Amino acid sequence: MNYVIIGSGVAGIAAIEAIRSIYPSPFGRGQGEGDVEITLIGDDPHGFYSRPGLAYYLTGELHDKALFPRTAYDLRKLNFHYVKARVTMILRDQHTLELAGQAPLSYDRLLIAVGAQALPLEVPGANIEGVLKLDHMQDAKRILKHARRGKSAVVVGGGITALELVEGFVSRGMKVHYLLRGDRYWSNVLDEQESRIVEQRLREEGVTLHHHAEAIEVTGRNGRVSGIRLLNGQQLKCDLVAYAIGIRPRVDLAKQAGLAIDRGILVNEYLQTNDPDIFAAGDVAQAYDPMTGRSILDSLWGPARQQGHTAGLNMAGRKTAYIKSPPFNVTRLAGLTTTIIGTVGRGRDEDLAGIARGDSETWRQLPDSMVAQTGFEVNRLRLLVGEKTLLGAIVMGDQKLSFPLEKIISGNMDISPIRERLLAPKARIGDIVAEFWAGANIRH
Amino acid sequence: MNLTTRNFFLDCTTIYYMEFLGIFKRDADKHTVLASGQVTPDSARCVQCGICTYNCPVGIDVRAHAWRGEPVIHSQCLTCGECVARCPRGVLRFEQTDLFAKGRE
Repeated sequence: MNYVIIGSGVAGIAAIEAIRSIYPSPFGRGQGEGDVEITLIGDDPHGFYSRPGLAYYLTGELHDKALFPRTAYDLRKLNFHYVKARVTMILRDQHTLELAGQAPLSYDRLLIAVGAQALPLEVPGANIEGVLKLDHMQDAKRILKHARRGKSAVVVGGGITALELVEGFVSRGMKVHYLLRGDRYWSNVLDEQESRIVEQRLREEGVTLHHHAEAIEVTGRNGRVSGIRLLNGQQLKCDLVAYAIGIRPRVDLAKQAGLAIDRGILVNEYLQTNDPDIFAAGDVAQAYDPMTGRSILDSLWGPARQQGHTAGLNMAGRKTAYIKSPPFNVTRLAGLTTTIIGTVGRGRDEDLAGIARGDSETWRQLPDSMVAQTGFEVNRLRLLVGEKTLLGAIVMGDQKLSFPLEKIISGNMDISPIRERLLAPKARIGDIVAEFWAGANIRH
Repeated sequence: MNLTTRNFFLDCTTIYYMEFLGIFKRDADKHTVLASGQVTPDSARCVQCGICTYNCPVGIDVRAHAWRGEPVIHSQCLTCGECVARCPRGVLRFEQTDLFAKGRE
């Protein structure tokens, strides 16, 4: 059996591990029946690294070499061929892939795990040297090449990546202007109080925030960025512009091959596309969730790994459904550790076109629920309280409750005994949750 | 949790010195120090950025443990807490191991 995986991200690696958990690497090759060949095709020159870790590389907390979770030896143990190439076409009827500048490659089962890419900044001057995005390690290296102490940067966009860019520039000693189209940061996930906490912390770091600010042109001098022009007529001088206005699943290959597509590649709960020999996982996949009956995009490391693993098992013939757990992310927003679990917001954010990195569509599908909240300084807790369960939570600052809340929400634990107390005015919801969790632990 | 490597060695030195003075038996206490806790990952939170491994003073690949979801049971782990403190996503925490609890009673 010949397994081919396109994409060297976490979904691809997890799929290889899953296949190898069923067909362990043989000693030597070509050992007759049950012989399994795995090929990984990737066009990222750096191979497998921690993409979320790029944020810490930008701030200088990590060396770039530390971002690679696997040594060459680790990867060799998985016994797969690695082809550094770009796939130009999937010929489904021939079970063959066409590669740019290389001989075609045949497959029996194929996994598409090519991820997503940044939406382009569509304003005049966006192609000038010094207009930057953060998709890959190459982008991060380019950003660091341009980032210079004392120079100034403009960041456009929303969500986690935009703040990663802001924080990266701040830690490199740059003067940073952050443009927001709306009146607050990440308005479809955070509530007003939470947005204000983040914005206040950014100001304390020396970032200049511009609300209701829309970039309409990047201006250049001698082929380099010299400034940015806003819709309200204002002009800001800057040495570079970085943007994070959302991402788009890389569906082009699948589209051209005639696979079913919506916003991402549509897959069933077995991560299988409408072609039974082709699977998709990670940021590119829009996975069916039997619980809600909806197909959802996640752009998170955890689900990508889980989907890759499940796809690998299914490719190797072990039928396994992908059970989507409430998506959650732990991230730093302006230096404040923040955990987002389940559904917490709704609507759309003017700074983002669709999904962003480190984001889940589920977060914004809030059904009828009540809000319980506490804390108005750096330690803040907000719970979305459903009829019998907690639907979501945001934990900012002190993370003591983040672990219990994750378990309470993902385990659909019945919170009826504490529901009323949670919703009482001025309830100390942190204490109530902690007490509930302690009791639940004793009972189990 | 905030015990730094230096402090740890200082504590060890103190323990050795106290043992020299015959104040208490060395082995039991050394074991208590090393075995009363271990670093445990919550792998669903981990994005394999490697800050833990990068900051481990004795070069343990903590990240690999986090990928497998296994506690850091490693003969060289000082339980110094560098990895726990530095992880930006709260993946790692100390977990009490009760291996020697009975012996102490």
